[in-house]
This record gives sequence, C-alpha cells and structure tokens, in this order.
Amino acid sequence: MSKEKFDYFINGEKGKYEVVIGLEVHAQVLSNSKLFSGSSTKFGADPNKQVSLIDSAFPGMLPVINEECVKQAVRTGLGLNAKINNYSVFDRKNYFYADLPQGYQISQYKNPIVGEGKVLLDMPYGSKEIGIERLHLEQDAGKSIHDMDPSSTYVDLNRSGIALMEIVSKPDLRSPDEVNVYIKKLRSIMRYLGTCDGNMQEGSLRADVNVSVRLAGDKKFGTRCEIKNVNSIKFMQMAIEYEANRQVELLEEGKQIDQETRLFDTKKNETRSMRSKEDAHDYRYFPDPDLLPLKLEQKLIEDLKKSLPELPDNKKERFIQEYGLNSYEANVLVSEKEISDYYEEVAKLSDKKLAATWMMGDLFAMLNNKGLNISNSPISAKNFAELVQSIKSGEISGRIAKEVFEIMVESGDNPKKIIESKGMKQQSDPKKLEKMINEILSKNKDKVDQYKAGKEKLFGFFVGQVMKLSGGKANPQLTNEILKKLLKG
Amino acid sequence: MSNITNQSLSEILKSIKSKKISSLELTQAYIKNIENAKKLNSFVTTTFDQALENAKKFDNKPNNEQLLSGVPLAVKDLFCTENVKTTAGSNILNNFIPSYESTVTKNLWKNGAFLLGKLNCDEFAMGSSNETSFFGNVINPVGDHLVPGGSSGGSSSALAADLTPATIGTDTGGSIRQPASFTGTVGLKPTYGLCSRWGIVAFASSLDQAGPMTKTVNDCSIMLEAMSGFDEKDSTSINKKKETYSKNLKDNIKGLKIGIPKEYRVDNMPKEIDELWEKGKKILKDLGAQLIDISLPHTKYALPTYYIVAPAEASSNLARYDGVRYGYRSQKGKDLIEMYENTRSEGFGDEVKRRILIGTYVLSSGYYDAYYLKAQKVRQLIKKDFDDSFTKVDAILTPSTPSSAFKIGEKTNDPVSMYLNDIFTVPVNLAGLPALSLPAGLDKKGYPLGLQLIGKALDEQKILNIGYAFEKNCGYKNEIKKWWS
Repeated sequence: MSKEKFDYFINGEKGKYEVVIGLEVHAQVLSNSKLFSGSSTKFGADPNKQVSLIDSAFPGMLPVINEECVKQAVRTGLGLNAKINNYSVFDRKNYFYADLPQGYQISQYKNPIVGEGKVLLDMPYGSKEIGIERLHLEQDAGKSIHDMDPSSTYVDLNRSGIALMEIVSKPDLRSPDEVNVYIKKLRSIMRYLGTCDGNMQEGSLRADVNVSVRLAGDKKFGTRCEIKNVNSIKFMQMAIEYEANRQVELLEEGKQIDQETRLFDTKKNETRSMRSKEDAHDYRYFPDPDLLPLKLEQKLIEDLKKSLPELPDNKKERFIQEYGLNSYEANVLVSEKEISDYYEEVAKLSDKKLAATWMMGDLFAMLNNKGLNISNSPISAKNFAELVQSIKSGEISGRIAKEVFEIMVESGDNPKKIIESKGMKQQSDPKKLEKMINEILSKNKDKVDQYKAGKEKLFGFFVGQVMKLSGGKANPQLTNEILKKLLKG
Repeated sequence: MSNITNQSLSEILKSIKSKKISSLELTQAYIKNIENAKKLNSFVTTTFDQALENAKKFDNKPNNEQLLSGVPLAVKDLFCTENVKTTAGSNILNNFIPSYESTVTKNLWKNGAFLLGKLNCDEFAMGSSNETSFFGNVINPVGDHLVPGGSSGGSSSALAADLTPATIGTDTGGSIRQPASFTGTVGLKPTYGLCSRWGIVAFASSLDQAGPMTKTVNDCSIMLEAMSGFDEKDSTSINKKKETYSKNLKDNIKGLKIGIPKEYRVDNMPKEIDELWEKGKKILKDLGAQLIDISLPHTKYALPTYYIVAPAEASSNLARYDGVRYGYRSQKGKDLIEMYENTRSEGFGDEVKRRILIGTYVLSSGYYDAYYLKAQKVRQLIKKDFDDSFTKVDAILTPSTPSSAFKIGEKTNDPVSMYLNDIFTVPVNLAGLPALSLPAGLDKKGYPLGLQLIGKALDEQKILNIGYAFEKNCGYKNEIKKWWS
C-alpha cells in the first residue's frame, strides 16, 4: 500500500501551524447497576425511575463500590495496554449543581485505577501510537432539563451515579482524522471487551477535546482550550477544525490565546467561551471518607487478563497470517467485533480472500444503503459463505452472483436454492458452449470475416451474443477460450 | 412500680422478663415522665402512640429471648427512623421524614426494643452544649442553668432524667462521652466501623461513630451488643464476628496494665479534675491493675487537627442540603444560585455555617496541603502514639472532660473555649479507638465528673470489664433531684 504523507496543517503568514489535540473520553461502563448503588443503568426509562436513595443523596446514605464496574475498568485498562494500579483512591469533587445530588461527584483524582497505556492507530501514512495518560472511574451526574417549563428547570436523576470511565489521552493527536480513528479504535476495543457499548447517540461515549496550535517544529505546546462534552465524532472534528483556525487567527493577529473552557455550538458550527481559567471551579478534591482505598489483588488482575478476548490489534495480525489478507482488509474486517466474527464464520466455509472482497464490497455497500449493521444483516454468514463458494467453484459467474445476492437480500433465501430454482447455474459444459458458439458464428458469417480480416474488437460482440443466448449463464472464461479457438479455425 | 424508671436497663429487662411489669406499663411510666419533663427540652419528637402499640404487641406475644425485650427507647435525632421525622437538630431538615431506618436503630428494634421518641441534639451534631439545635437548647437535669453537654445533649439529659431506660448517641469528637460525663451517665464511643453509619445523618464520615449511653456499664454492654455488627451497606464497617459483651462482662481486672498519659495533664486544669483522676488511678490500682506512665506526644495537636478534618468532611457532607430534593427550601431567590444561597442561609445555624466555612477553606486549592494534608499526616502520628502505647498497656485512663457541666450561654460566644471542652475526647476519634466515659465523682458544686478509659481497636470488652470493676468500687451515686416535674 502506498503511504501518503501526513499533511494536516493550517497555513498562516507566520508559517505552518500544527494542531495538537488531547481527548478526555467519558465512556459509560457496561454494567447492570450503578457505580455505588443497586439502581438499574438501562437507557430510556421514564425520568427518575432508576434512582435509589443513594443516587439522590438522602441523609445518611453511603456508597458501596460495584465490583463489576471495577473489573470493567481493569479490563479496559488491560485492553489499552495500560498499567493497572493495585491501589487507587476515590475522591470527592465538590461543586453545586441541581443535577448533582450529593453536591460532589465521586471520582478518582490523584490515584486512578489505571495508569499509562497506549493505543495504535492505522493511518494512511502508517501506524501511529497514541499515549494514554490514565483511566479513572467516576459517577455520572443527572440531567437538567431547561426547556420543559418557562420558569423552572426539571431534573432527571436516572443517569446520576452511573459509572463512567474517563480515559485521558496524551496530547498526541494531530488532526481531526486522527481523532476519528482514535475514537473508533477506543470504541472498538471497548466493544470487543464488552466494557462500553460505545453508543454515542445515547451518550455512552462523549469527550472533552483539548486543542492547541503551534508553529510546526516548535517544541513548546501552545495554550490549550478545552471544548466540553462533545457527543459525536463529526462534531468533534468540526469543533477541532473551528477551534484550531480560531486560535491560528488570534496568533496571526499577534494576540494571545486564553486558557479557557469552551462549548461547541453544533447549530452555528463554532466554539464559544464558557468560563475562563480565572473562573474555573475550585473542586476541593479530597479522598472520600465513606470509601476505603481500592486495593486490587494481583491475582484478580491476572485472572482478568487471562479471560480477555482477542483484541483488534492481535486479531488483525492473525487475519493477515491465517487468512492471507492484506493489512487494509484485515484492518477493516477487525474494526468491529461483530464484523470480524461474521468474516471468520464465512472464511471457515469458503474462500478466505474472495470472502473478504465480497464482504467489503457488496455486503458492506448493501448494509450501508439500508442503514443496517452486520448483526442484523439479512444475509446469514452461512448463506454468504455458500454464495462465495458458488463463485469460487465456477458454478455461477460474478455477474450472476450479484443477481443472486440481490435476491438473497430480499428473500433471505439460501443461494443454492435461488440458483437452482431460477436456473442461474453457469453453463460450463464445453460441448454445449461450443454448439452454441458455432450457431452464433454461422449466423454472423460477415462479422466472422471482418474479425478474421483484423477487426479484433468484434470479439466482444461475439461474447455478448453468447451471453445473450445463454441468458448470461455462459462461463465467461470458457466462452473466451472456445471463441478464440473457433475463430482461429 | 412507681419508680421502675429509676432503674437500670438490665433491672428493667429482668422485671419485663419475669413479668413483674408489662411493656405497656413501662412505656406508660416513661411517657408520664417525658410529659412532666418538657422543661428539659430533650425531645424533638415523641412517638407515644406508636410506642404504646408496640408495647401492647409485645405484651400479647412476649419474646423474652431478646437482648432488649419490650423496652421503649428514645434515640438521638441524628438516626433516620422510618416514617418518623428526623431533623438532625436543623431547620434544613425540620420537615424531613425518612422512608428508611438506620442500621443501628433497626438492630435495636430487631432485638426487641421500640421507639419512644427522637432526642434533641446540636445541629448536625456540631456542638458541645446542645445550644446549637434549631429546636432550642436542652437543659441538664443536674441543674436548670446547666448544659447537658453535646452534641448528644438530648440523649444525656433524657437518660439522666429517667425519660428513657437507655439511649444511643453519636460521637465525632466526644459527643457521647462529654454529655455522659456532664450528666453522670455511662457513654461509649465504639471502635470506628463497629456500628454501621448507614442511615445516620453524616457530620464527619471518618470520625462519626454511634454508641450507647446508659446508666450502668452492664447496660452499656447490652446496648452495644444489640446495636453493633457488620453492615455491607457501609464500606467502612468492620466485618467480624459479633461479640456477646454482656455475657462476657467480668469484674476481675487483676494484672491489667493501665496507661496514664502525661500529656493529659493540661495547663489550668481544675484541681478537681486532677483529684478525680488520682481517685480513678487508686481504684484501679486497688483492684490489682498496674499503672504505667505513658506518653502520647502528639496529643497537643489533636484538637487543631480535628478542627481541620471534621469541618472539611462536614463542608462536603452537608452540600446535599440544597433544597432541591427534600428538606427546607427557601421560597426566595430568582435562580438556582439564589435558591441555594437562601435555602442554606435560612436552613443552617451559625455553628454549622462556621464549620462549613472552615472546611471549605482548608480544602481550597492553595490551602489543601498546608491544612488538610498536614492534618491527615498529624492524624497518623496521633494514631501511632496510641499504637505504640498499646504495645505496653491494656487500656488508658484519662479524665473525660477538662471541667464539669458549664452554664447555659457561658461559652456560646467563644467557640474556641467551647472546642477546648473536647480536648480529651477528640484524639480517640482521630485514632478510631473505643473509649468509655464513666461517672466517677462530683465536683464541689455537686456536678458529675467522668473518667475515660481508652482501649485498643475492637477491644471494647476489655474497657467494659475495667469499667464494670471500676463502677462497683467507685461508689458514684447520682444525686439528681427531679426539680422539673
């Protein structure tokens, strides 16, 4: 594969600016109950139906850590090749807000459960490593609803206390594209692990985006701005694009960038100042005295490590080795666990390489058109494998295969049955083909003469006639061979 | 049986179990006492109807196998009680009716007791005189001008005035032991984690601990046995086998080593306190205990450390009282911030505000290291002092308080002098240890004075045994005259 060159820079009078991006991703932990209470975490319940006395901070209520959430954080840490800390501490982050019932969020400040790790990105210009600074567990807040009533705000605490993993990257990202690939990679790893469903529409995955710019080649980072709570990859990319250009403009005008927190307005496609560094909250972090420090046995970590599923990077390597795929194909086919599972099922029953081509071509195009994903594909892996095998064995041509594929999508039927019942089997009997071709040649003597006189492009005409007569079922390879032979004679 | 309420809990239990008195008669006797003692202001809420119902239920189907069979109990209004108003002595919770029962009170009810009422206390347990309560100050039965101590002042007052056969309080820096000392009663602060904090309105989470307040050491052991135990709903609860303190109570303390810490002889300590301490030492020595001089060098830092740690935690614990979900909400204010400001300004009293301010300050960025972090380090040193001493001694004997009960209003405008009242009790909370305050004598005005026995973590049985032996040989007699009825 040819390697493109990285070229995301913003040009100014003073030179070429490099954009530096770091992400704080908030990933909702997949667990049945909340981080410190037994309330359900299911999405979509009526407001305030999944709220315990703990989540709503009644007097005398105490948090008790949900072990499953801890395990999920450890699994995620392991998936990020990160250091798991045997000792971590829950702290209180104090601030007042109507949807924060305790008046503090329980989070991890100085001692997070997971330390440094790394994520590998496959970029068109090669593989790039993004450093992970840390991962910590924290409670989600509730939701304030400002537009239900002109004079009051309503509060829904269903989300209050749900476990989040905050995954902080190092400032290693350099373009909106890298952010796109990074988020998808993180999501893919967590989905493989089953630690976060990555559903951005439901808010299971969102990010604070830190952006700064500097002249290419500068060693020092520029002043950064943090764009809060962006909930789609597209918005992240738009926000970065806007924010980086805003900062470059300021620098070009000789102005300074103020370190501040900004909001991305998705309607106007711009970021707006939310609060400056001076107005930043003093969260008065201190260790939560209601919770003991979290001490993890090495054995628990080892056991979790052993039970980890195969992750995208390893699977990609295996796909290349085992199935003879190229790096690009392997990358696409491991991008989501369900896709890789589907592929492996197909590859077991059919030609591995042809299966990859057809999956990444017709199958993905169809799913994309229909807005479906692989897990609700109208074509089962088994049927898809049969189709691939029918092509490979020469039973049907690639062109017929496309027709069969369409029928499979509509009916969900088995390809053998479709080929059988519609008589779509490829004509591969040389004798029958020869007879058919002779018939055509004798009907078109003039054209045969012209061909023999040197008008070789008429060959296509004869092929077309064979296909027409055979209803498209003539084996193209065989047709070519026989045609050539007979025209010579 | 007109004077049944004069008796100790264990005597009352004997009378109930031998059917000398019914639970109903007993309950009626306490109700009568309570109605005649309104002047003391020790109750915030009474639950007489409910108590009479429960008493009748018990009498119909008595279960005499329980630790607290058929006994009505009033409890500090810091314990959440299901469907019974729980105020924590604060305006901000003056309309709060929990839908749940604290683990500790639930344990009492499981052992056969039932609720008689909720006892006044300093607002959010912040105070040493029960003068910070939104529901007014409580009067010490010892004298109509005296404070009952705090923060469990309603509890000590009610107990000493025979308005409940025993009670429970909470102790964050001395809130059980100091009021016990001021009223001539027994008070125990158990090891941190022995009694669940679930359902107790929090003051300072790393220090709060519920404990019994009783007339005798035996009563204290019964109550502790009933209320303690592991609770998976409290992450700081200690998971250990339940002990039978009352059954194991022994008065033989021969050969036990009692530490006498020199640092507890503070400047300007009244002579009477010193004499009381000497008296205590002599009693224990005569019983065959060995007195050993020890040093707890960081004692002098305990009070400042406590007044950083406790307010810091309180400032955060009390953030939930914002008027949004329950409790008092101010009707003034045009937006969320103003609603908060007005609710909390009107809902909290001065002492609570003072501590929220101190706590917020010591946790603020730029001050955290100098105050909170340093205080945590000193706390470790204080704990280590005790650990070191307990390699040499079985228990430590000190005075409970530096003075007897003071006058109402005497220290209201002098918070530091008020805080100094906790000087002997606070180190124990910082170290998470158990400590028992025992009535040991009277000063020349006739006011009770207490001595404190500090034990190793989870060594409640030993300090109860020493206290039991001490009690038998001390000859302390309560001389409270029922001037209020």
